[in-house]
Amino acid sequence: MGLTGLFLISFLVVHASINACIWFNDGGETFTFYAHFMGTNTIVHFIEAGLFAGLILHIVDGLLLWKQNRDARPVQYAYNNPGKNSTWYSRSMAVLGTLILLFLVIHLYDFWAPNRVEYVTTGEEKDLFQMMQERFESLPIVLLYCAGCFSLFWHLLHGFKSAFQSLGLNHSKYNKAVEVAGIAFSIIVPAVFALMPISMYFHLVH
Amino acid sequence: MNLLLKIWRQKGPNSPGKMVDYPVTDISEDMSFLEMLDVLNDQLVVKGEEPVSFDHDCREGICGMCSLYINGQAHGPERLVTTCQLHMRSFKDGETIYIEPWRAKAFPVVKDLVVDRGAFDRIMNVGGFVSVNTGGAQDANCLPVSKVDADKAFDAATCIGCGACVATCKNSSAMLFVSAKVSQLALLPQGKIEAQERVLNMVEQMDVEGFGNCTNTGACEVECPKGISLENIARMNREYLSAALTGEEKKEITGGF
Amino acid sequence: MSTLNSKIPAGPLEKKWSDHKDHIRLVNPANKRHIDIIVVGTGLAGGAAAASLAEMGYSVKAFCFQDSPRRAHSIAAQGGINAAKNYQNDGDSTFRLFYDTIKGGDYRAREANVYRLAEVSANIIDQCVAQGVPFARDYGGLLDNRSFGGVQVQRTFYARGQTGQQLLLGAYSAMSRQIGKGTIKMYNRHEMLDVVVVNGKARGIIARNLITGEIERHSAHAVIIATGGYGNVFFLSTNAMGSNVTAAWKIHKKGAFFGNPCYTQIHPTCIPVSGDHQSKLTLMSESLRNDGRIWVPKKKDDNRKPTDIPEEERDYYLERRYPAFGNLVPRDVASRAAKERCDAGYGVGKSKLAVYLDFSDAIKRLGKDAVAAKYGNLFQMYAKITDEDPYATPMRIYPAVHYTMGGIWVDYDLMTTVPGLFALGEANFSDHGANRLGASALMQGLADGYFVIPYTIGDYLADDIRTGKIPTNTPEFDEAEKQVKERLNHFINNKGTKPVDHFHKKLGKIMWDKCGMARNEKGLKEAIAEIQELKKEFWKDVRVPGSLNEFNQELEKAGRVADFIELGELMCKDALNRNESCGGHFREEYQTEEGEAMRDDENYAYVAAWEYKGENAEPVLHKEELKFENIKIAQRSYK
Repeated sequence: MGLTGLFLISFLVVHASINACIWFNDGGETFTFYAHFMGTNTIVHFIEAGLFAGLILHIVDGLLLWKQNRDARPVQYAYNNPGKNSTWYSRSMAVLGTLILLFLVIHLYDFWAPNRVEYVTTGEEKDLFQMMQERFESLPIVLLYCAGCFSLFWHLLHGFKSAFQSLGLNHSKYNKAVEVAGIAFSIIVPAVFALMPISMYFHLVH
Repeated sequence: MNLLLKIWRQKGPNSPGKMVDYPVTDISEDMSFLEMLDVLNDQLVVKGEEPVSFDHDCREGICGMCSLYINGQAHGPERLVTTCQLHMRSFKDGETIYIEPWRAKAFPVVKDLVVDRGAFDRIMNVGGFVSVNTGGAQDANCLPVSKVDADKAFDAATCIGCGACVATCKNSSAMLFVSAKVSQLALLPQGKIEAQERVLNMVEQMDVEGFGNCTNTGACEVECPKGISLENIARMNREYLSAALTGEEKKEITGGF
Repeated sequence: MSTLNSKIPAGPLEKKWSDHKDHIRLVNPANKRHIDIIVVGTGLAGGAAAASLAEMGYSVKAFCFQDSPRRAHSIAAQGGINAAKNYQNDGDSTFRLFYDTIKGGDYRAREANVYRLAEVSANIIDQCVAQGVPFARDYGGLLDNRSFGGVQVQRTFYARGQTGQQLLLGAYSAMSRQIGKGTIKMYNRHEMLDVVVVNGKARGIIARNLITGEIERHSAHAVIIATGGYGNVFFLSTNAMGSNVTAAWKIHKKGAFFGNPCYTQIHPTCIPVSGDHQSKLTLMSESLRNDGRIWVPKKKDDNRKPTDIPEEERDYYLERRYPAFGNLVPRDVASRAAKERCDAGYGVGKSKLAVYLDFSDAIKRLGKDAVAAKYGNLFQMYAKITDEDPYATPMRIYPAVHYTMGGIWVDYDLMTTVPGLFALGEANFSDHGANRLGASALMQGLADGYFVIPYTIGDYLADDIRTGKIPTNTPEFDEAEKQVKERLNHFINNKGTKPVDHFHKKLGKIMWDKCGMARNEKGLKEAIAEIQELKKEFWKDVRVPGSLNEFNQELEKAGRVADFIELGELMCKDALNRNESCGGHFREEYQTEEGEAMRDDENYAYVAAWEYKGENAEPVLHKEELKFENIKIAQRSYK
């Protein structure tokens, strides 16, 4: 989980950076430039395949864990008080992951899939910037995207430092740094993502 | 103090169980939790009822025999103590107290609050040792160990094998227990020689026993009566990764006669 | 008149063990495989023996009543383990350890055994370190030592306040390795309920599977008992709740003599009793006396808070009475001194049965952090139990039953008076004489298990290489099993009115009042009569719920208490017989004007080994004379 998680985290960085280009307010020019590169470059396509593989691995691995972990305790406690020893989100990674996955399906259906279909059939790309502007006119969609980012926030809040622990990277000298970086990352990346639909909705991007 | 106890009663491994209410009166604050149960049991015996079975032995927090999930927490509400060191002053007069056995597939219930923790022994049997026979050891001071490592090894070695980590983990994972032993021996020069086989074998056995996986919630570290650190789990993960990547193919270990 | 042969090898003291090893018979590796050995108890002695014998190739069956061999009560030993390594360059040697142990035991131990113990002590440390036991180390990476009561060198190796735990886990890991290999067959949650003697030799045991209640027969060519001491005869002791005398008592009834049953160690630094509900007492390691100072107020019934009592109004009575050893006098001396002050009316706390153990000087001198590093876990344990902060206010302590020097009589090879039946560790009458020095129990348990029995048992088993498997379908097994079952059935069907603990508490009170820290003729005679009465009442009125064929903790307790009652009587008889004061045995009639123990070397320099003669017959006393050829026997002085 940790390895695939960190791999997916690295993707989030790229994705967030490129998307943040919308705020150059140059009519999406910079954004489109990079989006075009990402959409058409062969090497990137290979990496993209890897990304999907990573995502699927992350999901399958997660489901396996969930099943094994559920089977490991066939009789539940009549009275349990886990709030005394752990955070709710660390215990809810499967639920948060599922929420993110649902969001992801919608998100891919909104942008990535139509664009890819277009590219494969016509060799042309869609104007993603314009698609975003259109899509984020709708308040429910914006709220849905915010909810997706919110789930991502909690998922990352545990997942980031947990990945380090799983890989054995735990040292009293660096633990604090990892923790701070984890918190910062979990806030910044989902916030950046969430601000996109919001700023589009309020027409702050043009 | 007067209390209402809700206790898990189960006749045997394959019988169904249920929570049963037992009011107890005139409990002294200075009593330990187990002494409170002794009082209950003496009353039950006199009344002709079956006393509640629970594991206990040293009653000073070191043998690891006592267990009990008390009010939703392994070894009760206090930190860094076992149930036998928990005193009734930690509870309020009139309180309802839930008492359950450790719950895990790998720890089947024997009777009432008693569970079978043999899985821990079986994990130890496949690697929780240094392969050294009695006799012929070199002088102890020929093997200097840095104080830092010795102290860390000691901290890991203080695990009492009570199973609170498993009981409290939402996944019933035994990682804290296994990693404590793996860490202790991996930190010491004596244990380094077999470090790779050890971690691979012990982790494999842990999975065979039906424990869940670690998802790093950290609950085990909080509830561990000996304060075994999560750092040990990370160290075991490190050991495991390196052994899995670089270790030799598994060979049957032979020796002795 | 004596039928006892201690089989002490001839020759000079320092050559006895190596000469003996050189000349006893061996069993060749191919034959070892066909020889079964039963080891009952998996503490330091039993665990070490089981592992070592299995490593040598014997086929071992190990039994413990706990759910895992790792839980044996050796695990609770706190302070440390002695070894004559002289790592601290303070002039320690095998002879000095030997001398200190004999003197500490008030000249009531066998010279040859104690010398052997001192000799192998160094090997124990080597062995444990090789196993990965994390002993305390200094910054250069070498092993650290601390000082313990009754000695003037630093020879105690330790692992914070959990030395017993670390050593036991070492032995347990060695056992685990053999269990994994299949050379030890481990029987957890099994209690030995009798030994089976065939043609005069121990050939097996009857055990109860504590989970199913099934009575099982197990045969072997030799049986080793390493089942610890019998301190729980006092009900309240620092022993674990399950610690019991049953295995030792059963073999006693089958012909093994019981040595010096009255030698009981009362440990001076335990947390005082807080009320009738108390089920056990908790020890505060003797190592605390390295830095803690023991005192009581100079005024009687001084009810001020200890921190309000000025220095000049405190009586540091150990430092006053024993300037040379101060707070580090041996346990028996420290315990009696505490009792003396409390009896005289200077006790502190609610019950007035406590003295102060004060760390304020140490905290001033070393700082709170340094004190915490050394004793942190003990301070925490104290705070949890008493709800008081020992960093801020002195601990209250009082003596409590801790260890029993007496036990099954064994010869130099650790064999009892029944051929093929061996006793190790605290279960035997051991090397400690009338008083055990701190950090010597771990040493003795491991010495017996790792370095003595593996050699000596071969000498006995050499006769058995052609015997073949011992069958369990013989009349001897039938009879033993029948008796065990009858007794268990009696408990279940008795349907009396009182739970087992009722009788155990009563026995404990008789023992503590009349056969405890101080004994006298009148009290002992009363105790014997009271115990006989209690025994009748117990068998008539005990109530054991549940049935035979299930997990039944009350049934387990009933059997143990029945044996404790019989043992209690023998302890009183032994104490009555020994008209002297020595070590842990203090007869009020025999003391100096200053209240020190007064030995009678003329008449009592012997081991009292008692032979069981039947249910209503008087036990017969056999004497093993103790000869001191290498030590000048003297009045023990720590002044």
